[in-house]
Amino acid sequence: MSATTTRLRTSRRPGTRAPAGRRDAPQKWGSPVTYFVALLFVGVCVAPVLFIVLGGFRTNSQITTDPAALPDPWVGGNYLGILESSVFWGQFANSLIVALASTAGIVALGLMVSFVIARYDFRLKGAMYSLFAAGLMFPMVIAITPLYLVIKDLGLVDNLLGVIVPQIAFGLPTTVIILVPFLRAIPNEIEEAAAIDGMSRIGFFFRMVVPLSLPGVVTVGILGFVGSWNNYLLPLYVLNSQANFTLPLGVQVFSSQYSTDTAKVLAFTSLAMLPALVFFSVFEKRIVGGLTGAVKG
Amino acid sequence: MSDTLGTDTAEGRRSQGTPGTGGTAASVPPDPPRAAARRRGRARTRLEIAALSAPAVITFLAFVIFPVALAAYYGFYQWKGYGKPTDWVGLNNYRLILTDPAFHDVLWHNGLILVLSLLIQGPLAIVLALLLNQRIRGRSTIRVLIFVPYIISEVIVGTGWSLMLQSNGAANDLLHRIGLGSLEADWLSDPDLALWTLMAIITWKYVGFAVILMLAGLQSIPDEIFEAAQIDGASYWQIQRRITLPLLGPTIRIWAFLSVIGSLQLFDLVYIIWGQYVSGTAGTSTMAIYMLAQGRNAGNYGYGSAVAVVMFVISLAVALVYQRFVLRRDLKGAVTEGTV
Repeated sequence: MSATTTRLRTSRRPGTRAPAGRRDAPQKWGSPVTYFVALLFVGVCVAPVLFIVLGGFRTNSQITTDPAALPDPWVGGNYLGILESSVFWGQFANSLIVALASTAGIVALGLMVSFVIARYDFRLKGAMYSLFAAGLMFPMVIAITPLYLVIKDLGLVDNLLGVIVPQIAFGLPTTVIILVPFLRAIPNEIEEAAAIDGMSRIGFFFRMVVPLSLPGVVTVGILGFVGSWNNYLLPLYVLNSQANFTLPLGVQVFSSQYSTDTAKVLAFTSLAMLPALVFFSVFEKRIVGGLTGAVKG
Repeated sequence: MSDTLGTDTAEGRRSQGTPGTGGTAASVPPDPPRAAARRRGRARTRLEIAALSAPAVITFLAFVIFPVALAAYYGFYQWKGYGKPTDWVGLNNYRLILTDPAFHDVLWHNGLILVLSLLIQGPLAIVLALLLNQRIRGRSTIRVLIFVPYIISEVIVGTGWSLMLQSNGAANDLLHRIGLGSLEADWLSDPDLALWTLMAIITWKYVGFAVILMLAGLQSIPDEIFEAAQIDGASYWQIQRRITLPLLGPTIRIWAFLSVIGSLQLFDLVYIIWGQYVSGTAGTSTMAIYMLAQGRNAGNYGYGSAVAVVMFVISLAVALVYQRFVLRRDLKGAVTEGTV
């Protein structure tokens, strides 16, 4: 709900500020100091990423003689070599499977339980919400040692499921916190109209709630996907064999294996971060909106 | 409110008088109650609640709550992770942890990281958010770009930075090129510098997130307030200091909470850049590193579990104190909403 209000407000803003712009045209551009600071900030944020990406286009001798320089000449061999290697694509596929399965699980389980918390009245409702809210205090780092033992007892060590299922469990608190306000905000009239038309609660859930909460679902899904894509600790504990590695583990192993071949490491690293970056730039508005919603509870 | 029939629930909510629905309440007459249907409906409602919430609740209990409880149990044993723990050592693991100088070191590092993160990122994020909240060209592009470090995984950030910061890496080369060769240093392994290097990387990675949060907070402040202040003749800085900062309070407090919890759990970055052994000598090791090194990597799962419990107790204590004294006003209705 908060996410939508924020968006509404943003879109309304140009209208409210328009008179100021008309009165004083140069104001529209803002002061040069602002631009300077903004550019500096953006530069600091982006430069290391550019270093990684551009470094992949250089040779090792270029990197050794001039660590901080542009590619001269540009070399595509590092990237091509990795794009042709089965190791990279295997790890890419593992990351993709884990991320998609975790996201699907987080969205499905999270939506169902959030629906119950938001729109049913029952005695344990408060306890249930508090349980998930308290889950924010149980970060994966703290639970990892015993969690690994649970996974081991279930026979899921070195199995992608051993990463997927715990990721779903740890993704639920944020999901519930974001989705419950979304589902509460669905007007009661819609539910009443559906009930009068003879639709059951479950029918209401699938036909009305799922489509209406789509913005929240997308936000939650993106957070789940990116979180899974970037997760390092859990795969580090659970996955042993290189064939099962996800990309973060792969990057680490690759960079210690080829520690002398810096250019190749940089190429591998930039290819590994590309999907998350693309995903983010496509859904940027939703992510930012979702975080806003999460903060305001 | 106890279990009720679906339509009753809707009416109950309607009669609570949410602004939008108040008008329609009178036009729909309530159904005459029928006991049998109600009982059937109630059973059905129960079934729906159970079916919809069970998967999430069970997964959550099994993989989040249960492991934490297990840690508390294993923490009392000296145990190598095979078979059932039998070697009960009482509080000995905890005694060892709390008297281990290495643990004191990591605790100190976590504390420093916590305080420095708040002191560096907080003011920086507020100032940057105030600047970026002005109407400037390309604001949405800027917003995407400053969020990039936050989206990239810790592993990639760590790999990239450790290559750049090697003594013959790009950072020193750049300093040399712009004529600041005297500032060249061994950023990663010099114990006097390493923690500050870590702080710089942490700031780089997470300040964008803080700025985005603050920007969102700023945009939720109604423009009318600023206009009123301007009409009353307040200067730009007066407005920021007297109006923006106080109204941004809830956002700042939530951000600080997230930052504190994040600082206490810091693991990936340090482990990737420094590794288990070098982080100890460089002075950047954290509690989570200590847990991995002394627990899983040393095969002492009982001891590792005890470290996890200590970390959990510290995080929980910090979180509770913070919520009790700082977040109380903001979270009214978020975490405690269950009692409605």
